[in-house]
Parts: sequence; structure tokens; C-alpha cells
Amino acid sequence: MSINMAEFHQVFFEESHEHLENMEQLLIALDIQSPDPEELNTIFRAAHSIKGGSGIFGFTALTSVTHVMENLLDKIRKGTFELSSGIIDLLLKTVDTLSHILSLYRQEAPIDWQQVEFAKNQLVAALNGESFSAVSPKDLSTPVIQAITTNSNQLEEARTNQAPEEDMGFGFFEEDVELSLAVENQDFGFFDEAYTAKEIGIDSLSQTNVRPEPISTAADDNDLGFGFFESLTPDSIDSELDAIVQVQTGKTPPAADSTTAQTNHVSASKLPQFTGKNTEKVKAEASVPVNPIQPLMQEPATATKPIHLQTVAKKSTATSQDATLRVETSKIDTLVNLAGELVITQSMLTLIGNELTGELGERLKAALMELERNTREMQEAVMSVRMLPVSFVFNRFHRLVRDLSEQLGKNVNLVIEGGNTEIDKGMIEKLVDPLTHLVRNSLDHGIEKPEVRQSLGKPEVAELSLRASQRGGSIVIAVHDDGAGLDREKILQKARENNMPVADNISDKQIWQLIFTAGFSTAKEITDVSGRGVGMDVVRKNIEALGGRIDIDSVAGQGATFEIQLPLTLAIVDGMSVSVGNQIYILPLVHIIESIQPQPEQLKFLSQERLIRVREEYLPLLNLYQLMEIEAKAKRPEEGIVVLLESNNKRFGLCVDALVGQQQVVIKSLEKHYRRIPGVSGATIMGDGSVALILDVESLSQQIKN
Amino acid sequence: MESRASLSAKSELSAHDEVEFLSFVLGEEHYALDIMSVKEIRGYEPVTKIANAPSFIKGVLNLRGDIVPIVDLRMKFNVGTVTYDEFTIVIMLNVCDRIVGIVVDAVSDVIKLSSEAILPAPEFGAAFDSRYLKGLATVEEKMIILVNIQALISSDELGLIDTNSLSDQE
Repeated sequence: MSINMAEFHQVFFEESHEHLENMEQLLIALDIQSPDPEELNTIFRAAHSIKGGSGIFGFTALTSVTHVMENLLDKIRKGTFELSSGIIDLLLKTVDTLSHILSLYRQEAPIDWQQVEFAKNQLVAALNGESFSAVSPKDLSTPVIQAITTNSNQLEEARTNQAPEEDMGFGFFEEDVELSLAVENQDFGFFDEAYTAKEIGIDSLSQTNVRPEPISTAADDNDLGFGFFESLTPDSIDSELDAIVQVQTGKTPPAADSTTAQTNHVSASKLPQFTGKNTEKVKAEASVPVNPIQPLMQEPATATKPIHLQTVAKKSTATSQDATLRVETSKIDTLVNLAGELVITQSMLTLIGNELTGELGERLKAALMELERNTREMQEAVMSVRMLPVSFVFNRFHRLVRDLSEQLGKNVNLVIEGGNTEIDKGMIEKLVDPLTHLVRNSLDHGIEKPEVRQSLGKPEVAELSLRASQRGGSIVIAVHDDGAGLDREKILQKARENNMPVADNISDKQIWQLIFTAGFSTAKEITDVSGRGVGMDVVRKNIEALGGRIDIDSVAGQGATFEIQLPLTLAIVDGMSVSVGNQIYILPLVHIIESIQPQPEQLKFLSQERLIRVREEYLPLLNLYQLMEIEAKAKRPEEGIVVLLESNNKRFGLCVDALVGQQQVVIKSLEKHYRRIPGVSGATIMGDGSVALILDVESLSQQIKN
Repeated sequence: MESRASLSAKSELSAHDEVEFLSFVLGEEHYALDIMSVKEIRGYEPVTKIANAPSFIKGVLNLRGDIVPIVDLRMKFNVGTVTYDEFTIVIMLNVCDRIVGIVVDAVSDVIKLSSEAILPAPEFGAAFDSRYLKGLATVEEKMIILVNIQALISSDELGLIDTNSLSDQE
């Protein structure tokens, strides 16, 4: 199977980017005195997801930094590490570093390992309670600067783009190093297509890092560039800069001289570096800077056209490179809904058109035929925007399984089935994280080492399978391994240790559910792979957010299966509409074998159950009017139609009044505003605007046993 | 159909401790609910019946592409005569991120109540559980029962929301 990793990389970059943004916002909003545990968890999970994803693709720089970061966050989360503003600063800086590394990977640029090591060391230092240079900028005084200066030699190399004569005193702050890197990296942050002007306004801290970039662009063209500061004239910019410099002169004397000196001869070439520094300083001044900067940032973007146009131009080049367009899912949803409405309107028109006769009627009908074809094509096109084969997610796992099994010294064969099953793109994106966790868990906890497997008489090569299929009204994705299975006793013991209420006679199913609790892990050691107890609670959260559910089936010594059931919230079904009484129901065409008009001699009884004899075979019969509790016109099977259905290898007949017609229907969720209805997988809107329920043949077939 | 925009504009003008309620009639009694939860008011239309649902859940209907359940409060609380004609009113509510329609006998008015004007509700008999009440108010000599519509719609009693999905969220 040929695997194009590049497209998965793209998804990972975009996801990680979102995670980083999210982390940054949460960190900034975090209340240091009494942090919200849920927010801490979210930050932790974001770091965890980046670590997981980067692990898959072998982006070791990201993995190594996030691993340490995660350690720190875990301690904070558990309350064993005290949060301070310095720690928040450090974490924010780590986020910046990570996004820089991410952009290097994105551009396939060489990784700056010194930066990676530096970020890691800082975190480790913080973890050990040692001082780190990212102390709250407020506390920065000359001694600290000197202390940091000792680090400067190794950092010096990182500042390749920085002119040597530029103020030495300031270059030694970690921030500034990053800044100069940011300047080097032309696309960093600001022109990333994912940033909208508004987002930048909100992203208070990242924007300070990002600011030099637009101004360096501006340096080529003074007029446009200064437009960034809204309507400031060059003169007023000077005074603005003076003001900024003055504000901070008082607090950082060593730097003040060199900075003010620079103000007097601001040249276009120096401007980026210079302004960047000032913003950093403003940020360093106090917690207020967010506010004064925001209006400056937001207004120019909308108010001054020249710079705005420049931004747009840059954006579009970035987009065409990717050849994909990131669109909000809600926009696509709107399109899909509108296309669905259009189909309904079109069938209403057809109904009216059929009543018209004569030449005009003929012409109208021809036009309506055309309309029908166009609407159908449009609907299909719109739908296809959202649907992707599940292999898009599955194929990512070849690498993960290979690398991880090597790392863990296990011999694992990955089997993928049903990769062609199409699911909603929105779901694909959200499936990646939970599936990654499940696969990692299986590899780490489930599958035994080869020697253990041998001693148990199992094949040395373990099998891990990913299966996707459509079952009834849902998509089922199963992760199965033939490992040791879940350990009932260990989970129970752990649950008691964590003071969870556990009954003694608890069933297996209930025990398996325990592992979805936050912070629950039975792994004795925390490894790079798993064991922190975040995985499963993330998995369940993500799956439930998709309106699905997850079930575990495990047999000790034989393996475990994690089955994810997702609803078909957004899919089209080819359906047969049938009528019972005055209601219309939709039967998915895939389940229909044939429809017959039964003769009385075909109908038999077996105790209470009705059977129908079709070609030497007796099939059970169900009455739809009984199942749906409505009045039917055809009380007896021979008065109506029997539709023969097949599901799960079970065949049965369903009695309805009449067949109405065959059509494609858009599945609408009932659960959005109501609840699950037994025997019904969803609803659709018919040509006349009324609602018809789509029957879930699989759950109907289960009625037969009773 | 009442325009929600103009209603909310009015509420901004009113004193800040005043809340606007939409009053409606069930049988002989006057009820009111928080106007901010009202999406729209419309006439009754035939619905699609749902199996295995209590009789007061009339079924579902298509509200511009959303499949929305319709509950007949008259049947739920055994008040009024249950008839469906061109005067039957459905109030579409937007509660807990869901849209639910409730069938009532009539919609009467929009009333403004300050918090002092709302009296605590006494323990009622079986018909209307006090859990779903905000209190009582008197307007033009009429007693108006203020319904906590959010609590009512999300209650197990109506069974509008999967109890599983609720307990999982907790």
C-alpha cells in the first residue's frame, strides 16, 4: 500500500497548530491562585496530543520537548507543583518554541537542536525547582542579565541573522533569541493562513513575537509599512516609539541607553529588530500590555487597506502551495443543508409540474428534469466535500505501529480492513486522537513481548487490527489486538486505590468502563508511550463529542477489542419509501432483498410467530404498524406488501401497506433535538416538507428473537 | 410570529432587574416562561408520529431542516381540552442547545416582572411539580405561574433527552 505521508503531515501540522493556540489562550487566561482543574487538564491533553502525533511522524524535537512539558503540566495538574507567573511564562515560551519547531518541520527546514535542548533544559530546571531564565520579566535586573550572559555563547549561534553590533545586553534574553528566529522565518505566525486578523488580535502574546515580521515587510515600502500603525505618520511613530522606550527606560537601565540611542537613527533595515524588541519590552513591563496592543493590532488590519492587501496577497500564495483550502466545518454544513433543502424544493416542483398538461407542461417537465439532474449532482458534490475514506486515518498507523513496536521490542503486524468505508471529514479529524491513543494502548499494554507470547503458545507476531464498517445506522470502527486483554484484578485494585466506588460483584463490562475515568492508568511506569491515564478519558470525550460511543470487549489472554460506534449524522442513504397508515418510512436499499405481494398460502404460524414461505425458506414476519404503534390500512400481511430484508445474516419480512418509491434521502439526526428511537436510525425530510423516519433494519432484526 | 429581535431590544430598555416573560394559557390557568428561551411561535401542523413515546410527545416536525420534537403540555398536565385546529399554538423553544416545540391553548402576552413581583411557589399537588416552577406572579388580578422551562424540558419526566447521554455528560 503506498502511503503518502505528506498529506498526513499537513493534518498534523494543522492540528498541532490548533492545540498550541488553544494552550496559549488557556495559559494566558489561567488563574494562578486557583487554576481550574478542567483547564489544566485541557492544556495537558493538548500537550499530550502533540506528543502523540509527533511521535507517529518521528518529529522527535517536538516529542522530546512536549514530553518534559507534559511532566511539568502533570505535576501542576496533580497539585504537586506550585503554579507561578514565572511558570506560566516559561510554559508560554515553550509553546512559542514548539510552534517555531513546528513551522521548521512544516517547511522541512533543519531543526534548531540548540533551541530544542534549551527549551528542554529550562523545563527540566523548572521541574527540579531550579531557577530558569524565563523568570517573570518584571524581576529582570542587571545581575540576572549577567547570569544569563553566561549562556549567551551557546545561544549566539542561533542568532545568525542578528547583526553583531546590535545591542548585546538584550540579545541574551531567550525571548530575543526566539524573536530573531522569528524574523528569520518569513512565514512565521503572522502570515500563516490559519491566522485571521482577528485571531491575531486575540492572541495577545504570540502577536508580540510576530509583530516584527509585518514591519520587516513594511520596511521595503515605508508608506505602506507604517500604515500598520494605523494612521500614524513617520513622525508620530517616532514619538510613539519614544513613548514606549520611555515607559521602559525606568525599569531596565542597562538596555535603555542602547535602545534610546537607536531611536534616534531608526533606519528601515533596523526597524524590524528594533520594534520587535520594544514590543517585547512592553510585554515585559506589566500584565497590561495585552490591552494597549490589541487595539493597535486589530484596527490597522481592517482600517488601513494597503497593509491589509499585502497580507491577503501573502496568504493566497501560502494557500496555493497547500492546494487545499481550510474551511470551517460549519460553512460546509450550511452548504450541505442548503443542498438538501434544494433537493426537497426540487421534488416539490416536480410534483406541481406533473399536474401541468399541454405544451407548457412538457416544456416545464423538460426543464424540471434538467433541474433534478443538476441538484442531484450538486448535492453529491457538496456531500463529497465532507466524505473521506477512513483509510485516511488508518494509514497513518503503519508508521506508528512500526516505530512503537520496535521501541517496545514487540513484533506486531498491523491489519487494516474496510479502509474504503466513507465517513464524514469532520469525524476523521476527530478520530485521529482517540484512535492514536487506542493503538498506543494496545501496543503498550495489550500486546505481550514475543518471549511471553511464545511461552503462552501464541504466535510470536501479534496482530493489531483496525476495522471499519457500516452497520445499521452507524459506522463501527474497531481496534482489536490479540494480546493479554484487560486485567480485571488490576483495574479493580487501581479503582480502590483511587477511592472509586466499586461494588464487589461488578460485571466485566462495568469494570472496563472504569478505565475511561480521568487519571486512571494501571501501567506501573509512566513511559513515553502511555500510562499517564489521560488516554482513555480523552478517547471517550472525543467519541462522545461526535455523538458516538465506545465499547470494550476483552477476554483475558486472548485480546481486547475497542469498538467505536459513530452515528451517520451526515450521510445520504439510498432508500425505499414505504407507507403504513398515513405515515411514510424509509428502508435503506442495501438491506432490501425483494418485495412481494404474499399469497395466503405462503403465510404460516409457528407458535405465536408468523412466518412467510419464500422459495423453500421460512422467514419470520414483522408488522411495521405494530413496531411503530400506528394504525395500518393493511392489517393482514396478504393485504399489503412484504419487504424481505437482510441484516447481520438474518433474513426477515416486514409487512407494510404499500411501496411508495425509491429515492436518495439525506439523513438527519433525531438526537440533535430529541433522542434515540428504537428501530429508527434517523429521519429525513420528504418532498412535501414532512418528516419521514429512516428505519434501522439491524435493530428491527433484533426484535425477531423476542 | 413574534419577532425576537424587537422583543430583546425592549428588554434592554427595561430596568435591569426586570425579566420579560411570555404568558400562555393551558386550560383555565395562566403560565409564563422566560422570553429568552422562545425561538418562535407558530400554528400547529401535522407531525410525524414516533413509536414508543408517551402520548404527550406528539411527534417530530421539520423546522427548516431541523427535526424537532413537539410536546403537548395540555396532555402532559391534564389541563384544557386537547383539540388541534387552526388556533392551536406551538411555542418553539430553544433550551439546552435543543429546539423543542410545546403545544399550548393560547399565547397571551409579554409581561415584565421585577424580581420582587415573583413570589415563591407553594408546594403543588401532583399536576405540576414544583421543581419546574420559578414562582408565582399576579398580573391584572390574574395568577400567573412562572415555569422554569429549562428544568421542565430537560427533566426525565418528559423524556425528551436520552437519559444515557445526560448521565454520561455528568
